[in-house]
Amino acid sequence: MILFDHVTKLYPTQQRPALDDVSLEIEKGEFVFLVGPSGSGKSTFLRLVLREERPTKGQVWVLGKDLNRLSNWKIPMLRRQIGTVFQDFRLLPNKTVAENVAFALEVIGKPSSHIKKVVPEVLEVVGLEGKESRRPDELSGGEQQRVAIARAFVNRPMMLIADEPTGNLDPGTSVGIMKLLDRINRLGTTVVMSTHDAQIVDQMRRRVIELEGGHVVRDQTRGVYGYAQ
Amino acid sequence: MRATFVASEVGNGLRRNLTMTLAVIITVAVSLALFGASLLVRAQVSAMKDFWYDKVEVSIFLCSKGSDTPSCAGGAVTAAQRDQIKADLESLRPLVDEIYYESKAEAYQRFTEQFKNSPIVDNVTEKSLPESFRVKLADPTKYDVVASAFAGRPGIEQVNDQRQVLDKFFQLLGGLQAIALLIAGVMLVVTVLLIVNTMRVAAFSRRRETSIMRLVGASNFYIQLPFLLEAAFAAAIGAVLAIGALVLMKVVIIDGVLAPSFQFTAFVGWEAVAAIAPVMLITGIALAGLAAFFTLRKYLRV
Repeated sequence: MILFDHVTKLYPTQQRPALDDVSLEIEKGEFVFLVGPSGSGKSTFLRLVLREERPTKGQVWVLGKDLNRLSNWKIPMLRRQIGTVFQDFRLLPNKTVAENVAFALEVIGKPSSHIKKVVPEVLEVVGLEGKESRRPDELSGGEQQRVAIARAFVNRPMMLIADEPTGNLDPGTSVGIMKLLDRINRLGTTVVMSTHDAQIVDQMRRRVIELEGGHVVRDQTRGVYGYAQ
Repeated sequence: MRATFVASEVGNGLRRNLTMTLAVIITVAVSLALFGASLLVRAQVSAMKDFWYDKVEVSIFLCSKGSDTPSCAGGAVTAAQRDQIKADLESLRPLVDEIYYESKAEAYQRFTEQFKNSPIVDNVTEKSLPESFRVKLADPTKYDVVASAFAGRPGIEQVNDQRQVLDKFFQLLGGLQAIALLIAGVMLVVTVLLIVNTMRVAAFSRRRETSIMRLVGASNFYIQLPFLLEAAFAAAIGAVLAIGALVLMKVVIIDGVLAPSFQFTAFVGWEAVAAIAPVMLITGIALAGLAAFFTLRKYLRV
Protein backbone atom coordinates (compact mmCIF):
# COMPACT_ATOMS: atom_id res chain seq x y z
CA MET A 1 0.00 0.00 0.00
CA ILE A 2 2.69 2.46 1.06
CA LEU A 3 6.40 1.74 0.80
CA PHE A 4 9.11 4.23 1.77
CA ASP A 5 12.55 3.15 0.61
CA HIS A 6 15.35 5.23 2.17
CA VAL A 7 13.39 8.41 1.73
CA THR A 8 14.97 11.75 2.54
CA LYS A 9 13.14 15.03 2.13
CA LEU A 10 15.07 18.24 2.40
CA TYR A 11 13.20 21.52 1.98
CA PRO A 12 15.28 24.11 0.13
CA THR A 13 15.09 26.67 2.92
CA GLN A 14 16.08 24.31 5.71
CA GLN A 15 19.34 22.85 6.92
CA ARG A 16 18.00 19.71 8.55
CA PRO A 17 15.99 17.23 6.45
CA ALA A 18 12.31 16.92 7.36
CA LEU A 19 12.60 13.17 6.77
CA ASP A 20 15.98 11.50 7.00
CA ASP A 21 16.49 8.10 5.36
CA VAL A 22 13.09 6.71 6.31
CA SER A 23 12.19 3.17 5.25
CA LEU A 24 8.89 1.60 6.19
CA GLU A 25 5.97 -0.30 4.77
CA ILE A 26 2.25 -0.07 5.42
CA GLU A 27 0.16 -3.05 4.30
CA LYS A 28 -3.29 -3.08 2.79
CA GLY A 29 -6.02 -2.86 5.43
CA GLU A 30 -3.78 -1.61 8.21
CA PHE A 31 -4.69 1.13 10.67
CA VAL A 32 -1.57 3.13 11.44
CA PHE A 33 -0.99 6.00 13.86
CA LEU A 34 1.73 8.43 13.00
CA VAL A 35 2.88 10.15 16.19
CA GLY A 36 5.64 12.51 17.15
CA PRO A 37 6.16 16.11 18.22
CA SER A 38 5.53 19.03 15.87
CA GLY A 39 8.22 19.23 13.24
CA SER A 40 9.04 15.55 13.48
CA GLY A 41 8.11 14.94 9.83
CA LYS A 42 4.52 13.63 10.07
CA SER A 43 3.07 16.17 7.69
CA THR A 44 5.95 15.72 5.25
CA PHE A 45 5.32 11.98 5.32
CA LEU A 46 1.66 12.49 4.41
CA ARG A 47 2.47 15.08 1.76
CA LEU A 48 4.89 12.63 0.14
CA VAL A 49 2.20 9.95 0.08
CA LEU A 50 -0.22 12.38 -1.63
CA ARG A 51 2.55 13.39 -4.02
CA GLU A 52 2.23 17.01 -2.97
CA GLU A 53 5.98 16.87 -2.52
CA ARG A 54 8.66 14.77 -4.16
CA PRO A 55 11.36 13.08 -2.10
CA THR A 56 14.87 14.51 -2.32
CA LYS A 57 16.27 11.01 -2.18
CA GLY A 58 14.80 7.52 -2.14
CA GLN A 59 11.59 6.06 -3.48
CA VAL A 60 7.98 6.35 -2.42
CA TRP A 61 5.57 3.65 -3.60
CA VAL A 62 1.85 4.20 -3.12
CA LEU A 63 -0.85 1.82 -4.35
CA GLY A 64 1.76 -0.04 -6.37
CA LYS A 65 3.11 3.04 -8.13
CA ASP A 66 6.54 4.59 -7.93
CA LEU A 67 5.64 8.23 -7.32
CA ASN A 68 8.99 9.42 -8.67
CA ARG A 69 8.02 8.04 -12.03
CA LEU A 70 4.35 9.03 -11.92
CA SER A 71 3.72 11.71 -14.54
CA ASN A 72 1.93 14.88 -13.49
CA TRP A 73 -1.27 14.18 -15.32
CA LYS A 74 -1.68 10.85 -13.51
CA ILE A 75 -1.53 12.44 -10.05
CA PRO A 76 -5.29 13.13 -9.97
CA MET A 77 -5.92 9.43 -10.63
CA LEU A 78 -3.74 8.56 -7.64
CA ARG A 79 -5.55 11.04 -5.39
CA ARG A 80 -8.94 9.65 -6.38
CA GLN A 81 -7.92 6.45 -4.63
CA ILE A 82 -6.80 8.23 -1.47
CA GLY A 83 -9.28 9.99 0.80
CA THR A 84 -7.97 12.87 2.89
CA VAL A 85 -9.21 14.39 6.13
CA PHE A 86 -7.70 17.39 7.91
CA GLN A 87 -7.79 19.03 11.31
CA ASP A 88 -9.55 22.10 9.86
CA PHE A 89 -12.25 20.08 7.99
CA ARG A 90 -11.87 22.13 4.77
CA LEU A 91 -15.57 22.26 3.90
CA LEU A 92 -17.15 24.75 1.52
CA PRO A 93 -19.20 27.12 3.72
CA ASN A 94 -21.69 28.06 1.00
CA LYS A 95 -22.63 24.48 0.21
CA THR A 96 -24.87 22.15 2.20
CA VAL A 97 -23.67 18.88 3.73
CA ALA A 98 -24.92 16.89 0.76
CA GLU A 99 -23.48 19.40 -1.73
CA ASN A 100 -20.09 19.31 -0.03
CA VAL A 101 -19.95 15.55 -0.40
CA ALA A 102 -21.37 15.65 -3.93
CA PHE A 103 -18.74 18.25 -4.91
CA ALA A 104 -15.99 15.63 -4.57
CA LEU A 105 -17.77 13.47 -7.15
CA GLU A 106 -18.86 16.28 -9.45
CA VAL A 107 -15.31 17.52 -9.94
CA ILE A 108 -14.11 14.09 -11.01
CA GLY A 109 -16.90 13.91 -13.54
CA LYS A 110 -19.20 11.30 -11.98
CA PRO A 111 -22.71 11.22 -13.46
CA SER A 112 -25.40 12.85 -11.33
CA SER A 113 -27.43 9.66 -11.14
CA HIS A 114 -24.46 8.01 -9.42
CA ILE A 115 -24.03 11.01 -7.10
CA LYS A 116 -27.71 10.99 -6.11
CA LYS A 117 -27.36 7.36 -5.13
CA VAL A 118 -24.09 7.30 -3.19
CA VAL A 119 -24.23 10.60 -1.27
CA PRO A 120 -27.15 9.57 0.99
CA GLU A 121 -25.45 6.19 1.49
CA VAL A 122 -22.19 7.65 2.69
CA LEU A 123 -23.96 10.23 4.87
CA GLU A 124 -25.67 7.33 6.58
CA VAL A 125 -22.32 5.57 7.09
CA VAL A 126 -20.94 8.64 8.90
CA GLY A 127 -24.16 9.15 10.87
CA LEU A 128 -25.39 12.38 9.31
CA GLU A 129 -28.73 11.20 7.91
CA GLY A 130 -31.32 13.95 8.24
CA LYS A 131 -28.72 16.73 8.11
CA GLU A 132 -28.15 16.70 4.36
CA SER A 133 -29.34 20.26 3.78
CA ARG A 134 -27.54 21.92 6.71
CA ARG A 135 -24.64 24.23 6.08
CA PRO A 136 -21.28 23.65 7.77
CA ASP A 137 -21.71 26.61 10.15
CA GLU A 138 -24.90 25.00 11.45
CA LEU A 139 -23.02 21.88 12.51
CA SER A 140 -20.85 21.03 15.50
CA GLY A 141 -17.12 20.41 14.99
CA GLY A 142 -17.61 16.68 15.20
CA GLU A 143 -20.38 16.79 12.63
CA GLN A 144 -18.27 18.91 10.31
CA GLN A 145 -15.47 16.37 10.53
CA ARG A 146 -17.99 13.64 9.70
CA VAL A 147 -18.91 15.57 6.56
CA ALA A 148 -15.22 15.77 5.67
CA ILE A 149 -14.85 12.03 6.26
CA ALA A 150 -17.94 11.36 4.15
CA ARG A 151 -16.40 13.43 1.37
CA ALA A 152 -13.11 11.55 1.65
CA PHE A 153 -14.86 8.20 1.68
CA VAL A 154 -17.66 8.71 -0.84
CA ASN A 155 -15.48 7.57 -3.73
CA ARG A 156 -14.59 4.39 -1.76
CA PRO A 157 -10.83 5.04 -1.74
CA MET A 158 -8.25 2.33 -1.09
CA MET A 159 -6.67 4.45 1.58
CA LEU A 160 -7.67 7.23 3.97
CA ILE A 161 -5.12 9.80 5.11
CA ALA A 162 -6.13 11.70 8.23
CA ASP A 163 -3.93 14.57 9.38
CA GLU A 164 -4.79 15.15 13.04
CA PRO A 165 -8.51 14.68 12.42
CA THR A 166 -9.36 15.11 16.12
CA GLY A 167 -7.04 18.06 16.71
CA ASN A 168 -9.90 20.55 16.90
CA LEU A 169 -12.35 18.33 18.75
CA ASP A 170 -13.13 17.65 22.41
CA PRO A 171 -12.33 14.16 23.76
CA GLY A 172 -15.93 12.91 23.68
CA THR A 173 -16.42 13.94 20.05
CA SER A 174 -13.00 12.52 19.18
CA VAL A 175 -14.07 9.09 20.33
CA GLY A 176 -16.99 9.22 17.91
CA ILE A 177 -14.70 10.18 15.05
CA MET A 178 -12.27 7.38 15.94
CA LYS A 179 -15.12 4.86 15.95
CA LEU A 180 -16.06 6.07 12.50
CA LEU A 181 -12.48 5.77 11.22
CA ASP A 182 -12.28 2.30 12.75
CA ARG A 183 -15.47 1.35 10.96
CA ILE A 184 -14.13 2.62 7.66
CA ASN A 185 -10.95 0.61 8.28
CA ARG A 186 -13.02 -2.51 8.88
CA LEU A 187 -14.73 -1.94 5.53
CA GLY A 188 -11.30 -2.60 4.01
CA THR A 189 -9.78 0.86 3.71
CA THR A 190 -6.23 1.40 4.88
CA VAL A 191 -6.13 4.29 7.37
CA VAL A 192 -3.05 6.38 8.13
CA MET A 193 -3.66 8.95 10.84
CA SER A 194 -1.28 11.45 12.35
CA THR A 195 -2.16 12.57 15.85
CA HIS A 196 -1.02 14.14 19.10
CA ASP A 197 -3.83 12.53 21.07
CA ALA A 198 -2.21 10.01 23.43
CA GLN A 199 -5.51 8.81 24.84
CA ILE A 200 -6.83 7.79 21.45
CA VAL A 201 -3.67 5.92 20.50
CA ASP A 202 -3.59 4.11 23.81
CA GLN A 203 -7.24 3.05 23.49
CA MET A 204 -7.09 1.85 19.93
CA ARG A 205 -4.00 -0.37 20.28
CA ARG A 206 -3.07 -0.26 16.62
CA ARG A 207 0.25 0.03 14.87
CA VAL A 208 2.15 3.13 15.96
CA ILE A 209 4.96 4.73 13.97
CA GLU A 210 6.77 7.42 15.93
CA LEU A 211 8.82 10.04 14.16
CA GLU A 212 11.31 12.36 15.75
CA GLY A 213 13.57 14.78 13.92
CA GLY A 214 12.84 13.06 10.63
CA HIS A 215 13.73 9.56 11.86
CA VAL A 216 11.49 6.63 12.68
CA VAL A 217 12.23 6.06 16.36
CA ARG A 218 9.56 3.45 17.01
CA ASP A 219 7.36 1.15 14.97
CA GLN A 220 5.12 -1.02 17.14
CA THR A 221 2.39 -3.34 16.00
CA ARG A 222 0.03 -2.77 18.93
CA GLY A 223 1.51 0.40 20.30
CA VAL A 224 0.68 3.10 22.77
CA TYR A 225 1.43 6.80 22.42
CA GLY A 226 4.31 7.04 24.96
CA TYR A 227 7.79 7.86 23.86
CA ALA A 228 10.63 5.73 22.58
CA GLN A 229 12.89 4.47 25.31
CA MET B 1 -17.54 16.00 -18.11
CA ARG B 2 -20.61 17.40 -16.47
CA ALA B 3 -21.73 20.41 -18.45
CA THR B 4 -24.31 21.69 -15.97
CA PHE B 5 -21.79 21.62 -13.12
CA VAL B 6 -19.17 23.47 -15.14
CA ALA B 7 -21.77 25.97 -16.36
CA SER B 8 -22.93 26.73 -12.82
CA GLU B 9 -19.30 27.16 -11.68
CA VAL B 10 -18.72 29.61 -14.54
CA GLY B 11 -21.89 31.53 -13.66
CA ASN B 12 -20.94 31.72 -9.98
CA GLY B 13 -17.43 32.81 -10.81
CA LEU B 14 -18.59 35.59 -13.11
CA ARG B 15 -21.08 36.87 -10.58
CA ARG B 16 -18.67 36.84 -7.66
CA ASN B 17 -16.07 38.66 -9.66
CA LEU B 18 -18.49 41.02 -11.34
CA THR B 19 -16.46 44.23 -11.31
CA MET B 20 -13.37 42.52 -12.68
CA THR B 21 -15.49 40.76 -15.29
CA LEU B 22 -16.93 44.11 -16.37
CA ALA B 23 -13.44 45.60 -16.57
CA VAL B 24 -12.32 42.71 -18.78
CA ILE B 25 -15.40 43.07 -21.00
CA ILE B 26 -14.84 46.81 -21.44
CA THR B 27 -11.12 46.63 -22.18
CA VAL B 28 -11.64 43.75 -24.59
CA ALA B 29 -14.43 45.73 -26.29
CA VAL B 30 -12.36 48.90 -26.63
CA SER B 31 -9.18 47.21 -27.80
CA LEU B 32 -10.98 44.96 -30.27
CA ALA B 33 -13.03 47.88 -31.58
CA LEU B 34 -9.78 49.72 -32.34
CA PHE B 35 -8.32 46.58 -33.82
CA GLY B 36 -11.42 46.14 -35.98
CA ALA B 37 -11.35 49.80 -36.99
CA SER B 38 -7.76 49.51 -38.15
CA LEU B 39 -8.66 46.43 -40.18
CA LEU B 40 -11.59 48.36 -41.63
CA VAL B 41 -9.28 51.21 -42.65
CA ARG B 42 -7.01 48.69 -44.32
CA ALA B 43 -10.00 47.20 -46.16
CA GLN B 44 -11.00 50.73 -47.14
CA VAL B 45 -7.53 51.47 -48.51
CA SER B 46 -7.54 48.30 -50.52
CA ALA B 47 -11.05 49.02 -51.81
CA MET B 48 -9.90 52.46 -52.93
CA LYS B 49 -6.76 51.04 -54.47
CA ASP B 50 -8.81 48.57 -56.45
CA PHE B 51 -11.12 51.37 -57.53
CA TRP B 52 -8.45 53.91 -58.43
CA TYR B 53 -5.68 51.74 -59.76
CA ASP B 54 -8.20 50.52 -62.25
CA LYS B 55 -8.64 54.07 -63.48
CA VAL B 56 -5.18 55.55 -63.19
CA GLU B 57 -3.04 55.89 -66.25
CA VAL B 58 0.52 56.67 -67.07
CA SER B 59 0.50 59.77 -69.22
CA ILE B 60 3.28 60.28 -71.74
CA PHE B 61 3.17 63.94 -72.76
CA LEU B 62 4.75 64.65 -76.11
CA CYS B 63 6.74 67.74 -76.98
CA SER B 64 4.94 70.68 -78.48
CA LYS B 65 6.32 73.92 -79.77
CA GLY B 66 7.96 75.91 -77.03
CA SER B 67 8.49 73.01 -74.58
CA ASP B 68 11.66 73.80 -72.65
CA THR B 69 12.73 70.35 -71.34
CA PRO B 70 16.07 69.13 -72.83
CA SER B 71 14.40 66.19 -74.59
CA CYS B 72 12.29 68.66 -76.51
CA ALA B 73 15.27 70.56 -77.90
CA GLY B 74 14.27 69.39 -81.37
CA GLY B 75 10.99 71.27 -81.19
CA ALA B 76 7.57 69.66 -81.48
CA VAL B 77 7.32 65.92 -81.77
CA THR B 78 7.54 64.56 -85.26
CA ALA B 79 5.20 62.05 -86.79
CA ALA B 80 8.06 59.52 -86.99
CA GLN B 81 8.83 59.93 -83.26
CA ARG B 82 5.17 59.57 -82.42
CA ASP B 83 4.85 56.36 -84.43
CA GLN B 84 8.04 54.98 -82.87
CA ILE B 85 6.71 55.67 -79.35
CA LYS B 86 3.44 54.00 -80.21
CA ALA B 87 5.28 50.98 -81.61
CA ASP B 88 7.48 50.77 -78.49
CA LEU B 89 4.44 50.93 -76.27
CA GLU B 90 2.81 48.16 -78.26
CA SER B 91 5.93 46.06 -77.75
CA LEU B 92 5.51 46.37 -73.97
CA ARG B 93 2.34 44.30 -73.98
CA PRO B 94 1.10 42.49 -71.93
CA LEU B 95 2.47 44.84 -69.23
CA VAL B 96 0.72 47.62 -71.10
CA ASP B 97 -2.97 46.93 -71.15
CA GLU B 98 -4.46 49.77 -73.13
CA ILE B 99 -2.90 52.51 -75.25
CA TYR B 100 -4.86 55.54 -76.13
CA TYR B 101 -3.65 58.55 -78.07
CA GLU B 102 -4.98 61.96 -77.07
CA SER B 103 -4.55 64.68 -79.63
CA LYS B 104 -4.31 68.39 -78.86
CA ALA B 105 -7.94 68.80 -79.84
CA GLU B 106 -9.11 66.03 -77.53
CA ALA B 107 -6.95 67.37 -74.73
CA TYR B 108 -8.51 70.79 -75.12
CA GLN B 109 -11.99 69.30 -75.12
CA ARG B 110 -11.34 67.40 -71.93
CA PHE B 111 -9.75 70.41 -70.32
CA THR B 112 -12.66 72.69 -71.05
CA GLU B 113 -15.01 70.04 -69.70
CA GLN B 114 -13.06 69.59 -66.48
CA PHE B 115 -12.72 73.28 -65.79
CA LYS B 116 -15.90 74.55 -67.41
CA ASN B 117 -16.78 76.76 -64.43
CA SER B 118 -13.33 78.26 -64.16
CA PRO B 119 -12.03 81.39 -65.89
CA ILE B 120 -8.78 79.53 -66.54
CA VAL B 121 -10.35 78.05 -69.70
CA ASP B 122 -10.21 81.43 -71.36
CA ASN B 123 -6.43 81.55 -71.05
CA VAL B 124 -5.81 78.14 -72.54
CA THR B 125 -5.74 77.51 -76.22
CA GLU B 126 -5.75 74.22 -78.07
CA LYS B 127 -2.16 74.78 -79.10
CA SER B 128 -0.83 75.22 -75.61
CA LEU B 129 -1.95 71.76 -74.53
CA PRO B 130 0.34 68.83 -75.27
CA GLU B 131 -0.71 65.74 -77.15
CA SER B 132 -0.16 62.54 -75.15
CA PHE B 133 -0.34 58.78 -74.94
CA ARG B 134 -2.54 57.55 -72.11
CA VAL B 135 -1.37 54.12 -71.05
CA LYS B 136 -3.19 51.77 -68.75
CA LEU B 137 -0.92 49.19 -67.12
CA ALA B 138 -1.96 45.64 -66.40
CA ASP B 139 -0.12 45.96 -63.07
CA PRO B 140 -0.13 49.60 -61.92
CA THR B 141 2.86 49.03 -59.62
CA LYS B 142 5.11 48.41 -62.65
CA TYR B 143 5.15 52.10 -63.48
CA ASP B 144 8.96 52.25 -63.34
CA VAL B 145 9.32 50.06 -66.43
CA VAL B 146 7.38 52.51 -68.53
CA ALA B 147 8.99 55.56 -66.95
CA SER B 148 12.54 54.35 -67.54
CA ALA B 149 11.76 53.31 -71.11
CA PHE B 150 10.31 56.65 -72.17
CA ALA B 151 11.41 59.44 -69.83
CA GLY B 152 14.00 61.69 -71.47
CA ARG B 153 13.51 60.35 -74.99
CA PRO B 154 13.51 62.90 -77.75
CA GLY B 155 9.98 64.02 -78.50
CA ILE B 156 8.74 63.21 -74.98
CA GLU B 157 8.28 66.07 -72.59
CA GLN B 158 7.23 64.23 -69.46
CA VAL B 159 6.06 60.85 -68.16
CA ASN B 160 3.44 61.20 -65.42
CA ASP B 161 2.09 58.54 -63.13
CA GLN B 162 -1.24 59.43 -61.57
CA ARG B 163 -0.68 56.64 -59.13
CA GLN B 164 2.04 58.59 -57.36
CA VAL B 165 -0.47 61.25 -56.38
CA LEU B 166 -2.86 58.66 -55.05
CA ASP B 167 -0.09 56.92 -53.17
CA LYS B 168 0.44 59.98 -50.98
CA PHE B 169 -3.21 59.77 -50.02
CA PHE B 170 -2.99 56.06 -49.39
CA GLN B 171 0.09 56.62 -47.27
CA LEU B 172 -1.93 58.99 -45.12
CA LEU B 173 -4.65 56.37 -44.69
CA GLY B 174 -1.96 53.77 -44.04
CA GLY B 175 -0.55 56.02 -41.33
CA LEU B 176 -3.97 56.31 -39.73
CA GLN B 177 -4.31 52.56 -39.86
CA ALA B 178 -0.89 52.10 -38.26
CA ILE B 179 -1.82 54.46 -35.42
CA ALA B 180 -5.12 52.65 -34.84
CA LEU B 181 -3.26 49.34 -34.90
CA LEU B 182 -0.65 50.64 -32.46
CA ILE B 183 -3.29 51.86 -30.01
CA ALA B 184 -5.15 48.59 -30.45
CA GLY B 185 -1.91 46.73 -29.70
CA VAL B 186 -1.31 48.72 -26.52
CA MET B 187 -4.91 48.18 -25.48
CA LEU B 188 -4.62 44.47 -26.14
CA VAL B 189 -1.54 44.35 -23.90
CA VAL B 190 -3.51 46.16 -21.19
CA THR B 191 -6.32 43.69 -21.72
CA VAL B 192 -3.97 40.74 -21.31
CA LEU B 193 -2.52 42.20 -18.11
CA LEU B 194 -6.00 42.78 -16.78
CA ILE B 195 -7.06 39.25 -17.60
CA VAL B 196 -3.94 37.88 -15.92
CA ASN B 197 -4.75 39.89 -12.82
CA THR B 198 -8.42 38.92 -12.90
CA MET B 199 -7.49 35.26 -13.12
CA ARG B 200 -5.11 35.67 -10.21
CA VAL B 201 -7.82 37.21 -8.07
CA ALA B 202 -10.32 34.57 -9.18
CA ALA B 203 -7.88 31.74 -8.42
CA PHE B 204 -7.14 33.28 -5.03
CA SER B 205 -10.77 33.86 -4.08
CA ARG B 206 -11.58 30.28 -4.95
CA ARG B 207 -8.47 28.66 -3.50
CA ARG B 208 -10.63 26.75 -1.03
CA GLU B 209 -12.60 25.10 -3.83
CA THR B 210 -9.57 24.45 -5.97
CA SER B 211 -7.56 22.98 -3.08
CA ILE B 212 -10.41 20.57 -2.37
CA MET B 213 -10.67 19.74 -6.05
CA ARG B 214 -6.97 18.90 -6.10
CA LEU B 215 -7.36 16.82 -2.97
CA VAL B 216 -10.16 14.66 -4.29
CA GLY B 217 -8.32 14.12 -7.58
CA ALA B 218 -9.98 16.47 -10.03
CA SER B 219 -7.87 16.74 -13.15
CA ASN B 220 -6.06 19.97 -13.91
CA PHE B 221 -8.28 20.43 -16.91
CA TYR B 222 -11.39 20.20 -14.75
CA ILE B 223 -10.00 22.63 -12.20
CA GLN B 224 -8.96 25.17 -14.80
CA LEU B 225 -11.88 24.83 -17.20
CA PRO B 226 -14.33 27.09 -15.31
CA PHE B 227 -11.69 29.83 -15.11
CA LEU B 228 -10.82 29.51 -18.80
CA LEU B 229 -14.48 29.57 -19.78
CA GLU B 230 -15.05 32.66 -17.63
CA ALA B 231 -12.21 34.49 -19.35
CA ALA B 232 -13.37 33.34 -22.78
CA PHE B 233 -16.97 34.26 -22.01
CA ALA B 234 -16.07 37.77 -20.85
CA ALA B 235 -13.85 38.20 -23.92
CA ALA B 236 -16.65 36.97 -26.20
CA ILE B 237 -19.06 39.54 -24.76
CA GLY B 238 -16.41 42.23 -25.22
CA ALA B 239 -15.84 41.08 -28.79
CA VAL B 240 -19.57 41.18 -29.56
CA LEU B 241 -19.70 44.76 -28.24
CA ALA B 242 -16.68 45.63 -30.37
CA ILE B 243 -18.34 44.12 -33.45
CA GLY B 244 -21.40 46.23 -32.64
CA ALA B 245 -19.15 49.28 -32.59
CA LEU B 246 -17.67 48.26 -35.95
CA VAL B 247 -21.14 47.93 -37.47
CA LEU B 248 -21.96 51.36 -36.08
CA MET B 249 -18.79 52.78 -37.67
CA LYS B 250 -19.85 51.34 -41.02
CA VAL B 251 -23.43 52.62 -40.76
CA VAL B 252 -22.81 56.04 -39.25
CA ILE B 253 -19.38 57.11 -40.47
CA ILE B 254 -18.94 55.35 -43.81
CA ASP B 255 -22.49 54.97 -45.11
CA GLY B 256 -23.88 57.99 -43.27
CA VAL B 257 -21.19 60.63 -43.70
CA LEU B 258 -18.35 59.64 -46.00
CA ALA B 259 -20.13 57.86 -48.84
CA PRO B 260 -22.67 60.64 -49.56
CA SER B 261 -19.97 63.33 -49.36
CA PHE B 262 -17.31 61.64 -51.45
CA GLN B 263 -19.17 59.99 -54.27
CA PHE B 264 -16.19 59.83 -56.60
CA THR B 265 -14.62 56.91 -54.77
CA ALA B 266 -15.50 53.46 -53.57
CA PHE B 267 -16.08 52.53 -49.93
CA VAL B 268 -15.83 49.20 -48.15
CA GLY B 269 -18.96 47.12 -48.28
CA TRP B 270 -20.55 44.85 -45.70
CA GLU B 271 -18.48 41.90 -46.89
CA ALA B 272 -15.43 43.60 -45.32
CA VAL B 273 -17.26 43.94 -42.00
CA ALA B 274 -18.35 40.32 -42.26
CA ALA B 275 -14.73 39.29 -42.82
CA ILE B 276 -13.37 41.37 -39.93
CA ALA B 277 -15.98 40.42 -37.30
CA PRO B 278 -14.90 36.76 -36.91
CA VAL B 279 -11.25 37.85 -36.76
CA MET B 280 -12.11 40.13 -33.85
CA LEU B 281 -14.11 37.45 -32.08
CA ILE B 282 -11.40 34.83 -32.44
CA THR B 283 -8.62 37.25 -31.48
CA GLY B 284 -10.50 38.25 -28.32
CA ILE B 285 -11.32 34.74 -27.20
CA ALA B 286 -7.90 33.31 -28.06
CA LEU B 287 -6.10 36.14 -26.31
CA ALA B 288 -8.20 35.82 -23.16
CA GLY B 289 -7.96 32.04 -23.20
CA LEU B 290 -4.19 32.03 -23.58
CA ALA B 291 -3.68 34.72 -20.93
CA ALA B 292 -5.90 32.79 -18.53
CA PHE B 293 -4.26 29.48 -19.36
CA PHE B 294 -0.74 30.68 -18.63
CA THR B 295 -1.80 32.48 -15.46
CA LEU B 296 -3.62 29.44 -14.15
CA ARG B 297 -0.71 27.17 -14.87
CA LYS B 298 1.21 29.26 -12.38
CA TYR B 299 -1.48 29.67 -9.75
CA LEU B 300 -3.32 26.37 -9.89
CA ARG B 301 -0.59 23.81 -9.74
CA VAL B 302 -1.16 20.15 -9.05
